[in-house]
Amino acid sequence: MPFKKRIRVTVNGVRHERSVEPRLLLSDFLRHGLNLTGTHVGCEHGICGACTVLVDGRSVRACLTLAVQADNAGIRTIEGHGNAQSMSALQKTFKRCHGLQCGFCTPGFLATIEDMLNKYPLESEGRIRELLSGNLCRCTGYQNIVDAVLMARDERAQAEPVNRQVEKE
Amino acid sequence: MASGLKHVGARIERREDGRLLTGGGRFVDDLRIAGTLEVAFRRSDHAHARILDIDVSAARSCSGVVAVYTADDIEGDVRPIIAQSRMRNYHPTALQILAKEKVRFAGEAIAAVVAESRYLAEDAAARIEIEYEPLESLVDPLRSMAGDAPRLHENTPSNVVVERTFARGEVEQAFHNPPVAVRERFRFRRKAPAALENRTYLADYRGAEGFLTLYTSTQVPGIIRDALVDCLDIPGNRLRVVAPDVGGGFGGKTSLYIEEVLVSVLSRKLERPVKWTSDRLEDLTATSHGFDEIVDAQLALDDEGNFLGLRADVIGDVGAYSLFPFTAGIEPVQVASFLPGPYKIDTYQGRVRCVATSKTALGPYRGVGRPVSTFVMERLVDMAAKRLGLDPKALRLQNLVQPEDFPYKVASGIVWDRSGFTEGLASACDAIGYDALRSQQEQARREGRLIGIGMATYAELTGIGSRLSASPGMPFNTGTETAHICLDSTGGITAKFGVTSFGQGLETVLSQVVADELGVAIDDVTIVQGDTAAVAHSTGSYASRGAVMGTGAAMLACAALKERLLRVAGLMLNAPAEDVTFAQAAFSAPHSGREISLGELARTYYSRQGAIATDVKNELGELSASRMYDPEWGTTSSGTHIALVEVDPETCRVKVLKYLLAGDCGQLINPRIVEGQNHGGVAQGIGAALLEEVVFDEQGQNLTASFMDYVLPSAVEVPRMEQVHLDLKKPNTLGGVRGMGEGGTIGAPAAIANAVADALAPHGCEVTELPITPERIFRLLEGARHQN
Repeated sequence: MPFKKRIRVTVNGVRHERSVEPRLLLSDFLRHGLNLTGTHVGCEHGICGACTVLVDGRSVRACLTLAVQADNAGIRTIEGHGNAQSMSALQKTFKRCHGLQCGFCTPGFLATIEDMLNKYPLESEGRIRELLSGNLCRCTGYQNIVDAVLMARDERAQAEPVNRQVEKE
Repeated sequence: MASGLKHVGARIERREDGRLLTGGGRFVDDLRIAGTLEVAFRRSDHAHARILDIDVSAARSCSGVVAVYTADDIEGDVRPIIAQSRMRNYHPTALQILAKEKVRFAGEAIAAVVAESRYLAEDAAARIEIEYEPLESLVDPLRSMAGDAPRLHENTPSNVVVERTFARGEVEQAFHNPPVAVRERFRFRRKAPAALENRTYLADYRGAEGFLTLYTSTQVPGIIRDALVDCLDIPGNRLRVVAPDVGGGFGGKTSLYIEEVLVSVLSRKLERPVKWTSDRLEDLTATSHGFDEIVDAQLALDDEGNFLGLRADVIGDVGAYSLFPFTAGIEPVQVASFLPGPYKIDTYQGRVRCVATSKTALGPYRGVGRPVSTFVMERLVDMAAKRLGLDPKALRLQNLVQPEDFPYKVASGIVWDRSGFTEGLASACDAIGYDALRSQQEQARREGRLIGIGMATYAELTGIGSRLSASPGMPFNTGTETAHICLDSTGGITAKFGVTSFGQGLETVLSQVVADELGVAIDDVTIVQGDTAAVAHSTGSYASRGAVMGTGAAMLACAALKERLLRVAGLMLNAPAEDVTFAQAAFSAPHSGREISLGELARTYYSRQGAIATDVKNELGELSASRMYDPEWGTTSSGTHIALVEVDPETCRVKVLKYLLAGDCGQLINPRIVEGQNHGGVAQGIGAALLEEVVFDEQGQNLTASFMDYVLPSAVEVPRMEQVHLDLKKPNTLGGVRGMGEGGTIGAPAAIANAVADALAPHGCEVTELPITPERIFRLLEGARHQN
C-alpha cells in the first residue's frame, strides 16, 4: 500500500477529511476525489491557468499544488461561486459580455479575476490585460473577458465605494 | 410560451453559459461511469525507428494494472483505417493504432497500459522497455522528397503522397517578360490547434447488449460513429458516439484518432469502461498540426497594375500519417486551390506536393489552407504595389472580383457566390480612417518609429453542400445536415441536430432560429446535439458549415412540422388547414371564436382520447418533422482586415496597435456570437503570425511540446478589435446565412505580415516567413544593416 497522509480541507464551505497520496495533485483531488469537475486541467504545468482555484482567498494553480499542501486550507472552486440561478456578479458580467465560448478555461479565469478584483484597483485596461496574462483562452481573443472585468470592477466600485479593499504592494 | 420578439439578428445571451459559468459543464473527462479504467500510453522516443523489442513484463506486474497491450495484442480486433480519396496521385497510408514494426514520429503510441487510475497506469508505462533501431529522421520536407531519402511508408512509391496541379490560361505566356513581376519563397511554419480541453475519450461497452457508447471530445461524432462501425464491426444501431461539451476544437478534433479507436477496442475486450485523457505533452505531439508549407509564388502584372498571371509551387509538410477522413491532402491542396483568393486572375498554375515526414500528422486547422494562401497572395499584392508605387488599397480594389462579375469561377475551379469583396475593402478602409492612418504613419516614421499598416482581403467557401467535397476527392457525403423537431405530448419542443458545438454557441443560435420559425420563446426550445442517437446521419461541425447547414435544416423541419400542426389545428377549430393562422404559439381561424395554444393542441392530439379521428392519427403519427438540408455549392464569405503595428527596434517585438475587420457573412443570427468568433479567430491568426511555431530538431524531436515553448497569445498580445458587418444582399442559402467561423484566422496572419513588412519598409526588409518572431525581425534588420 502506498503511503498516505490524512488531510482536512474545507471546500466551498464543506469540510472534508481524506487520506491522500503525497503525490496527488490538488486538481486531481478536487476533480476525482471530491467530484468537483468544474475545475479543469489544461496543461498540468502551470501555464494555461485553467485549473486556478482560490485557496484561502488567493488564486492558486491546482495543477502545481499537491493536495497535501492544501491541508487545513479553505478552498473555493467554481462550484462555490454561484449556481445558474444565483450567479456571482462576475459570472453575470461574463454572461452579459459573452466572455466565454467553449467554457473550458472559464473557471480558472473567474478565480483569477475574483482575486484581482479583491487586490488591485485595476485602473486601466492595460493593467487588466497584464494581470490576465497568466490565463490562456483559445476561443474569445480576450476582448469580452476584459470587458467583463471592466464591468465587474465598475459595478463593485458603485456598490462599495468606501469599503473597497485595495491591497497596496 | 408565446414570443412576439424576433430572435434572429438579436444579441441574445447564450444558453450554454449558465452551466459553463458555474462548473456545470459536462466535458468528457467530467463524466463518471463506475468501474472506469484509465489508459496511459508509452510513446516513441524516436522520430523514425524500427522497433526491435518491447518488454512489458515489468509493467504487467505493477500495482493496479489490469492489462498492457501492444500492437500484437490487438491484432484482429480492428480493421485497417485508411483515409481514401478519389484524387489522382494520392497514396493512402493506413493508421497504426499501436506502432507495430516501425515508429514514424516521436510521440507515436507503442503500448497502452490499462489500470485502476491514471497515476498507476503512468507508473507502469514508465517501466515498459523498448529497443529501437533508429532510422534517418525525415524532418526537412525537401530532403524527404529527394530520390535517395528513405521511404516512411513501404507501400507508397515515394514520400510524396499527394501531387496535384491546378491550371487555367496560358501561364508561360503571362510570365514571358511581363512588365512587372514579383516572386518570393514563402514559409508558413507549423502550428498546433491547442484547444484548451485536451482530447479525451471514454468508451463504455456493454457486453450483454453488444452496445458500445463512446464519449469523445470531437467535432464530428457522426464521422467517428460511421468509421468505428466499419473498423470495429459493430452495427450502427449498437454504436453511439456522444460529444458532450467540447472545449474548443479548431480542426484539431475533426479527425479519427488512434486513441479513440483504442479505448473502444479495449472497452470491448475488457467489458469495462475505459478512458484516456490526453495531457498537454501528448496534445502538442500527437494531435494533428496545421499550416506547414513552403510556397514559391510569383505574380505578373501589367504597367497599370492589372494582374496577368499567378504561379505557385506548394510543398506541404504533412507528417507521418494521412488522417481519417480528411487525408494528408486537405491543408496543402487548399493552399493551392485558394491561392488566387478574391482576385480576378484568369491565368493561374498552382502545383502542390504533400510530403510525408517523420512528424505528427498535418490535419485541418481553423481556416485550412487559406491562412497560408492568403498570406502568400496578400504579400505578393503588397510587394507588387511597392514595385509599382501604388497604394495597396488601390491595387486591391482594381483587381478584386467586381460586383458584376459574380458568380465568378476561380482558376482552380472554385466558384465565388456574390459576396462583398470590394465593399468589404472599402468599408474597412473607411471605418479605420485609412488615409488619416497613412498620414499618422508618415509622421511617426519621421520620428524614427517603425509603424506599419497592413491589410488583407480574403474569400472563403462556406456551408458547402453535396456538389463539392469537404476535402479533395473524399468519397463520402459532407453536403447535408439534418434537423429533427418534435412537439411532445406536453407541448414541449425538442430540436435535434447533427451539427455539434465545440464552443461556438450553436445551442443558442439554433434555438433562435427554431423559436422564430415556430413563433415561440427561445427557452421553450430544447436543443439536442453532439449525439449520434439524435439523427440518422451527420458529419458534424467543420469548414464553417454549422450555422449554414444547421439553421437551413431547422427551417425546413420547422416548415414541415408547422404544416402538420396547422392540419391538426384546423380539425380542432373546424376550419380548413389553409385558413388557420399560427402566431405567437397559438392557432386561430376566422370565425372560430377561439385560440388554441401549442400546449393545448399537443395535449389534445396525443392525450385526449377520441378528440382526433383515428384515421387522421394513423396517418399523421407523431407531431414531428425531420428534414435534411443540402446547400449544394454553398456560399462565399469574405472580409478585409487592417492592422496597425509597431516594431520596437530594440527588442524587435511587434505590438498590434489597432485592428479592424469588415466582413460579409450574410444574415447575422446573433451579432454577439459572430463578433466573438471573429475575436477568437483573429487572436489565433495573430498567434500564427507572431508567436506560434512547432519546432522540431534535426532528430525530429518536438522542441515545443509544452505551453512554455509553444506560445499561445495571451490578453497582452491580442489587441482590442473593431468590426464592421456588411449589410448587403443575402446569399441564397436558407436564411441568408454565410459561414464565418474561420475568417478571423484566414485574414489575420496576412494583415499582420503586411503590417510588419510595411513597418520594416524603411530598412528594405520583406516578410516572407511566419511567425515573424523578434528573432526573425532581428535577423532581417541585421541583414539589412550589413547590406547598406
